Amino acid sequence: MTPLYSQILNLLAALMLILAFAMLSQRRILSLIHLFTLQGLTVVCATALVAYITRQPELYYSAALTLVLKVFLIPWLLHRLIQRLRVQWDLETLINIPTLMLVGIVLVIIAFNLAAPIAQLAISIARGALGIALACVLLSFMMMITRAKAVPQVIGFLAMENALFFAATSATYGMPMMVELGIALDVLVGMLILGVFLFQIREQFDSLDIHHLEKLKED
Amino acid sequence: MHDGRLAGLLAIDAVLIAIAAWLVLAVLSLFLLRRRTAVARAIFPLAAVAGLLLGAAALWGLAGGAETAVLAIGLPGLPFHLRLDGLAALFLALLGFAGAGVSLYTGGYVRADDATPPGLFAFGYLLFLASMAMVLLAADAYVFMVMWEVMALSSFFLVIANHHSEETRSAGFLYLLIAHLGAIAILLCFGVLAGKTGDYGFADMAHRQLTPFWASAAFLLALLGFGAKAGVLPLHVWLPEAHPAAPSPVSALMSSLMLKTAIYGLLRVSLDLLHQPQWWWGALLLALGLATALYGVVFSAVQTDMKRLLAYSSIENIGLIVAGIGLSMVFRAYGMNALAALALTAALYQAASHAFFKSLLFLVTGSVLHATGQRNLGHLGGLIRTMPWVAWLGFVGVLASAGLPPLSGFVSEWLLLQSFLFTPGLPNGFLNMLIPVVAAVIALVAALAGYAMVKFFGVIFLGRPREASLAQAHDAGIMERTALVWLAAVSVALGLAPNIVIQALDPVTRALVGAGLGPTVAQQGWWLLAPISVERASYGPAVFLAGVLAASLLAALLVRRLYHGHLRRAPPWDCGHPWQSARMQDSAEGLGQPIRQIFEPFFRMRRELPDPFDTQPRYHVEIEDRFWLGLYLPVARAVDFVARQAGRLQQGRIAVYLLYSFATLLVLLLLVRR
Repeated sequence: MTPLYSQILNLLAALMLILAFAMLSQRRILSLIHLFTLQGLTVVCATALVAYITRQPELYYSAALTLVLKVFLIPWLLHRLIQRLRVQWDLETLINIPTLMLVGIVLVIIAFNLAAPIAQLAISIARGALGIALACVLLSFMMMITRAKAVPQVIGFLAMENALFFAATSATYGMPMMVELGIALDVLVGMLILGVFLFQIREQFDSLDIHHLEKLKED
Repeated sequence: MHDGRLAGLLAIDAVLIAIAAWLVLAVLSLFLLRRRTAVARAIFPLAAVAGLLLGAAALWGLAGGAETAVLAIGLPGLPFHLRLDGLAALFLALLGFAGAGVSLYTGGYVRADDATPPGLFAFGYLLFLASMAMVLLAADAYVFMVMWEVMALSSFFLVIANHHSEETRSAGFLYLLIAHLGAIAILLCFGVLAGKTGDYGFADMAHRQLTPFWASAAFLLALLGFGAKAGVLPLHVWLPEAHPAAPSPVSALMSSLMLKTAIYGLLRVSLDLLHQPQWWWGALLLALGLATALYGVVFSAVQTDMKRLLAYSSIENIGLIVAGIGLSMVFRAYGMNALAALALTAALYQAASHAFFKSLLFLVTGSVLHATGQRNLGHLGGLIRTMPWVAWLGFVGVLASAGLPPLSGFVSEWLLLQSFLFTPGLPNGFLNMLIPVVAAVIALVAALAGYAMVKFFGVIFLGRPREASLAQAHDAGIMERTALVWLAAVSVALGLAPNIVIQALDPVTRALVGAGLGPTVAQQGWWLLAPISVERASYGPAVFLAGVLAASLLAALLVRRLYHGHLRRAPPWDCGHPWQSARMQDSAEGLGQPIRQIFEPFFRMRRELPDPFDTQPRYHVEIEDRFWLGLYLPVARAVDFVARQAGRLQQGRIAVYLLYSFATLLVLLLLVRR
């Protein structure tokens, strides 16, 4: 493997991280979807690159699948969802955004620290990518925690899946095809179910603010 | 090597065929959900035939060596490993023969108007039988636990067969709760036994050398788990609740066979897998067993519900069995294998005889319940005239349960007392002083068991009917009668031919404690039993029976001669009281009163004494277990408190829930990092 490819992969990894931070700080839902699409595209590029480097044809299929699903289908579904739900804005996060950024940096440090011994073991092409992927998982998780509306939470969930996928590709040359297909299907079905849920929530509470779900708790 | 081989078929194959027959019948009965006649006349009798086949195959396997089989079902890469050795074969034989009797009886017992349709009941029943058999056959912890849980669940659904009653549902819940508590303990026990190797086969566990600490941990977990299932103090509370709630055949199966699977598990873990017992394990079992036996028998003597009385009597019998196992482990720990074999033989004998007489007695209560609709002893009486078959067959069971010669109960209790008399040879001075005292407790338990059985039989069958409706009671049908005759006949046979039984037990004790009584008793004829030597003690059941029969016949003859057959039925001596009613005879409460006085600290009582001017006085006493107040309620309150505190974690906000997962993830990741 030439150092060039390795550099490109690291660049893509860095892009993933920046996008994750951008999503963490972005309050407009429409922009969030755009960022999510970009993140999907990055994953596709990374997968295709790994496929080219390691000469594994299955990874091309995997990249194609991701392209269709994460770059076209799911963003389109999300767009349709917010049009029909008529939500454009996520008013506020639970923690203010500068604090969130600082927490995010702490998470990235933790993630790199965690990934260091695993990366030593891994015989893969991009060692730094594993730490970044783990950081992206944690950041997406953080995004799910800090959003007060349901749609950004769904996007956070999908972004987490993207990050996991990236970790799998960069650290282990991709998962077995069966597993990948299964996950892809899970994400799609999960997306549809969440969409149905969102409509139901709005029907019930006339709002998508998950604050209202607190009433469901039994006393 | 296999002397159990016949025409290429192994005993374990025959056992598996019988189990498969049960399962096929179980599935068939699902198609006959509400067809009572088909279920009663075809499914249950066929199940009885399969039971006989299973029993015969197991006896055949008992004579041969250990056999193994691998079934192609289970998880991928983890098939069912089965093994038939002496211990398993013994309990399978009990399961097959007693199960056959109970199944035949159930054919006559099921009613179309029960809350659970006959087909569904038969399904649960057969699944229960098959899972018990598979528990006994299991050769690794995986099969054992799966089948153990199937057994617990199927029996739970059988207990709540009559689920319209609130009482039944709460009894079922209690049973399920304690069954699960026990299952967790057993699972942990197997975990300790398997150690870090992750190999859950029994054969590997038996070869593993554990440190004394971990061996003791495994033993205590096994005691907790199997003790909960067997009803050892203080986890006995589910028995007196579940048995009266369940239909009688189910009570019979649970009491006589399911409790034995727990005994089997205890033996398997403590004597087979942990092959080097420590003396204090045995002492602990001995103490717990005796406490259980005494507790059970005292409560049994004061009950007024006939099935509850029998349930407490089962607790007593389990206590005796556990005490026998404990004594055997004490002897074994000091290397006195011959005496260990004596005590273990006594325990196994008790298990075998209990399996038959207790199912007989529970089925008798089933017939009484169907004929009269009454479980309360205060509403029964004088049934020997309307139900002679049930009464006389019940009499056999009562004699066996009371431990009277020449029936099976006497042999086991006699053997147990014999083995207690050898304890002065133990090299531990402490045990030497204590165990003779303990032998006295066994004698007390045996006597009180007799008392409870007199009460059971006397109040139900003798005297005058306490209710007018009892005159219409009908005797059991032909299927029920046949089943009762079978169980009674086995009880008598077990009592009359102890030498044959002990020789059959020989391979089992040899495998577990390295010695057996077989050669000793084989030297004597079949009619004389002398477990150690003829000079020491001997017992000839057949001679005894002949003596009793001769004396009775002679007495009957003399009476005939003297009175010339002039018998006159007249009102009994009436103390000059012109009108006597059935309410004036001694009641169940009255018979229990002395025991209640003497053992007062055992009970919590709530009594309602009637007003002296009441013309229809009713005396009412409720007897409660002190364990409820002292142990179970505090635990329940503690659980409730902890649950309430845990409930505070539930804020109802999704963000907070996500934060929990996030924090957990981070902590786990950091732990892995270290």
